[in-house]
Amino acid sequence: MTNPAAVLRAPSRRRNLRRPWIGWLFIAPFGVIFLVFLVAPLVYAFYLSLFSKGLATGTTFSGAGNYVKAFTDPEFLSGIWFVIRFAVILIPIQMAVSLAAALVLDALTTRLSRFARLAIFVPYAIPAVVGTLMWGFLYSPTFGPLTDLFKVVNQSAPEILSSGNIFGGLLNIVVWQWAGYYMIIIYAALRGIDPSIYEAARIDGAGPRQIAFRIKVPMISSAMALILVFALIGTLQFFTEPQVLRPISNGSITSSFTPNIYAFDLAFRFSQFNYASTISFSLGIVVFIAVYIFLFASRKRRGGLS
Amino acid sequence: MTTITRIPTAKKRPNITAHVFLVALIIYFLLPLWWLFVASTKDPQGLFTGTGGALWFDKNFNLLANIQELITYKGGIYFRWLGNSALYSLLGGVGATILAVLAGYGFAKFPFRGRDFSFAVLLGSVMVPLTALVIPTFMLMSQLHLTNTIWAVILPSLLSPFGVYLMRVYAADAVPDELLDAARVDGSGELRTFLTVALPLMRPAVVTVLLLSVVGTWNNYFLPLAVLSDQNLYPVTVGLGGWQALAASNNGGGTSLYTLIVVGSLISIIPLVIAFLSLQKYWQGGLSLGALK
Repeated sequence: MTNPAAVLRAPSRRRNLRRPWIGWLFIAPFGVIFLVFLVAPLVYAFYLSLFSKGLATGTTFSGAGNYVKAFTDPEFLSGIWFVIRFAVILIPIQMAVSLAAALVLDALTTRLSRFARLAIFVPYAIPAVVGTLMWGFLYSPTFGPLTDLFKVVNQSAPEILSSGNIFGGLLNIVVWQWAGYYMIIIYAALRGIDPSIYEAARIDGAGPRQIAFRIKVPMISSAMALILVFALIGTLQFFTEPQVLRPISNGSITSSFTPNIYAFDLAFRFSQFNYASTISFSLGIVVFIAVYIFLFASRKRRGGLS
Repeated sequence: MTTITRIPTAKKRPNITAHVFLVALIIYFLLPLWWLFVASTKDPQGLFTGTGGALWFDKNFNLLANIQELITYKGGIYFRWLGNSALYSLLGGVGATILAVLAGYGFAKFPFRGRDFSFAVLLGSVMVPLTALVIPTFMLMSQLHLTNTIWAVILPSLLSPFGVYLMRVYAADAVPDELLDAARVDGSGELRTFLTVALPLMRPAVVTVLLLSVVGTWNNYFLPLAVLSDQNLYPVTVGLGGWQALAASNNGGGTSLYTLIVVGSLISIIPLVIAFLSLQKYWQGGLSLGALK
């Protein structure tokens, strides 16, 4: 332990063990923000969720009452059900688009492919509010091209913002907004693969398609897992796009369309802050558990690799 | 012999389909932007019943007049929103990056007690949906009378657990322990070692985290929508969203508001699009950092 040679070889280790607070000093500024803006809101939300406020009764302790109410509240449950359905349909589409784009861009080095890479990525730099506004205009029978397009074939344009089509309309906006970001992550992972592997595969008689699906895709599985987690977290807390489309949706986006919209309306429209806290806290827990299960399952499948 | 002839043909055919695929992608991803540009050159009437259809210019080219109107409308409140967005995203983004660099370096290079546990907590927090914190944060801040101030937007934007994670992953590989030790043996203090030795090596990750957090704050909608009620403090996202709701709710008077929304949207996306195009070198490699581990 007190071998002088070892001390000479590892001076920093010795110094740092003697002054263990230096590491903490570097982490402290972030730690303060973490405690104040992540831990404290969670604790406060949990605290508020244990109380109910009635007009006549005032604020009373209700224990798990709000949670019983939330998880039997058809509005909250329909919101949860919507975001789960949305995630299940959105994520495979988005992965397919971004993976296909990245594979093609990785295989080509033409001027067109460089331009395409930027064009696909640009929506990421555009605020979700503006992206949604643009698509909202494009969907609109008045402002968009759909009415003219369908006139050509003597049909009336579909109402994309109607309650039957809004699901697809939102799906399109989210794919448009995020596919480029995911594409860049996959693309960068593909660029990181040693090209001599392709050479070896080609000598073994593998075609470009086999190289893509048997070598490239398996080698970027950790990038794909990262994207999946991002997409899952992002979709379950869906808020901005439906909230922005709401005024022009003629009621097809209701006040409990997604859990976050529901919580927002409960808090700022109906001043039910205790119940809104319950919804927020429940959403946080549901997302945390969903992502945790996913990570656990995918880690197991990849044989203990982290 | 046959393999030699097969390779070029196999290579050539997918090239055409690949390029067609790329052209389709380009059209899809740029279509809304094209529409936005065309629409911002139209006067209110052209926007509704233009001669060239939705995807082509009207006979009147009205872009400058639209911008003029945006400048004067309600005392130029739009440009105030734009300035607010810049302020929030710069302060929030730079602040979040500084905190993330320090913490990532601390996690990567100092073996202190409780490190593994705190990092596990941090990783867990990446999985917490940040929007679920918006309403509790609002209520916490209203207790402290901080709502409806710029700090209500900037301070929560400093929280970037994912940025810390990226920094730690990057610093662990990019900053060799031997180099830090050498600096320490030469008598350099910990802060100086960090600033002169470690920080330059972490630059690619710093640029990436900075871009991610600036974009995150610039694009944020839920948080400012919840914590701000004074129009003069709105960022551009909340302002435009408000105009949209206003235009949709009063059809008659909303006519000219639509041109303002369109031209305002166009101007609001220019700064970040330029930032991304000019900083390509940095973010293209950097964004994949999180996938390394």
